[in-house]
Amino acid sequence: MRLYATVAAGGFRRHATYRVATAAGVFTNTVFGLILSYTYIALWDERPQLGGYSMDDALAYVWIGQALITVCGLMGGGFEEELIERIRTGDIAVDLYRPVDLQTWWFSANLGRSAYQLLGRGVVPMAVGALVFDFTLPSGPGRWLAFLVAVALGSIVSFAIWYLVAMSAFWLLDGQGVLQVAWLGGLFFSGMLLPLNVFPGALGELARMLPWASMLQVPADVYLGKYAGGWELAGAYAFQGCWALVLFGAGRAAQAAATRKVVVQGG
Amino acid sequence: MVAGMWIRSTMAYRSSFALTLVTSFCVTFFDFVVILLMFGQVKGLGGFSFAEVAFLYGTTGTSFGLADLTMGSLQRMGKRVRDGSLDTFLMRPAPLLAQVAADKFALRRFGRVAQGLFVLVWALVLLDVAWTPVKVLLLPMMLVCGAVIFGAVMVLGASALFWVQDAAEVTSSFTYGGNTLLGYPPTIFAQELVRGVVYVVPLAFVNWLPALYVLGRPAPAGVPGWAAFASPLVAVVCCAVAGTAWRAGIRSYRSTGS
Repeated sequence: MRLYATVAAGGFRRHATYRVATAAGVFTNTVFGLILSYTYIALWDERPQLGGYSMDDALAYVWIGQALITVCGLMGGGFEEELIERIRTGDIAVDLYRPVDLQTWWFSANLGRSAYQLLGRGVVPMAVGALVFDFTLPSGPGRWLAFLVAVALGSIVSFAIWYLVAMSAFWLLDGQGVLQVAWLGGLFFSGMLLPLNVFPGALGELARMLPWASMLQVPADVYLGKYAGGWELAGAYAFQGCWALVLFGAGRAAQAAATRKVVVQGG
Repeated sequence: MVAGMWIRSTMAYRSSFALTLVTSFCVTFFDFVVILLMFGQVKGLGGFSFAEVAFLYGTTGTSFGLADLTMGSLQRMGKRVRDGSLDTFLMRPAPLLAQVAADKFALRRFGRVAQGLFVLVWALVLLDVAWTPVKVLLLPMMLVCGAVIFGAVMVLGASALFWVQDAAEVTSSFTYGGNTLLGYPPTIFAQELVRGVVYVVPLAFVNWLPALYVLGRPAPAGVPGWAAFASPLVAVVCCAVAGTAWRAGIRSYRSTGS
């Protein structure tokens, strides 16, 4: 346990080193937040209460999305390219020799990364957004806390997805194709381009059931108080938790299968 | 030549290339699906019809795609400055800019150009415009000058990487962000933002100003009407600025020595 805590702290510190990159990221998130906000204003001007969101809710949604891009890995988890590269070059054999579990190791490092991104790239764009636009803010500390729990669960689901994507490199060696498809799925089905509750009919229903919904749509709805009462909130957490468990398990199974293969082939 | 090398290396895996080309097309197409979804809910956005928004999207998408195809690799230059592998390029007897631009030249980026053209053709079919010879000529001019302006912004951003290697993402907010911005009508944005992309970073000349003339709509932010024809001039000025910054960047370059 102590070991993994150290790894997590290392992940935090490692990303905290790139201060210029963080500042550049904050700038980019803010610019995109501004552009998206104006398109949403135009859309909600024409159709107030679209998708059950008021204008204030929709604007809050934009900035939550910008804040969570790196935290919940909407456009890439931030570690999978490195892991795929290690698998491709064979460095992974060294990692497998270590007396630690591969998945837990990367999970801990990613937890540290997420925590840093939340502070480094999440808080500032959201604060800027709140200054420029009037948007919905949680009614009390309880709501903020519930939101943070949903974000944490979302970031775990995100890790599980990207880890599974990286594992595919054991068989495909070149992870670029799978990476692009996963990127496409994340971009569209996380609700980053447009809230999932605005998606029409069956497409919307499907999108809200897929794991990517836990990365942005669910945390945003928790923030906006769309889950009335404790049971509905618990249901939302359960949705995220189930996907986290299923995908984590799948990643573990893929890892086990890959490890056997590596041993047979000698790495 | 360097680009040719990367094309050959990509073509070694033809099926993989076909797959990435298709996904590249799809990734950009999802952008447009969002606009389709929006118009599933509303009839107009900021007073613009679907065909008009598609026209704006198609013109900027094609220009940006062309710039990305030729100059998109500049984004990764920060890494080369950081790890010192830029030195290899400096030793070769070819202009540095051409080499960096062709670095990992990805032909799959053609997917973006194809998608832009696809939407543009779609828009042209739907549009109800009284075409005049001037408007017809304005269309290719807009695509070429737009690509040059986007390309100049990319070079300018890459020049900054000589000093701040980690700041590649700032350029994205002007290129990718600008592309998103220009895909929507200027009427929906705050006037300060519109003025910013006319006078500060002249992205409005990529498509907004000429496109609004083609659509027969007034220019935004109190810009005079003749500005619709100023894109070539703006493109030349952008190139001059970017070229100066690039040379200053090379002069100040110190290898990491690692």
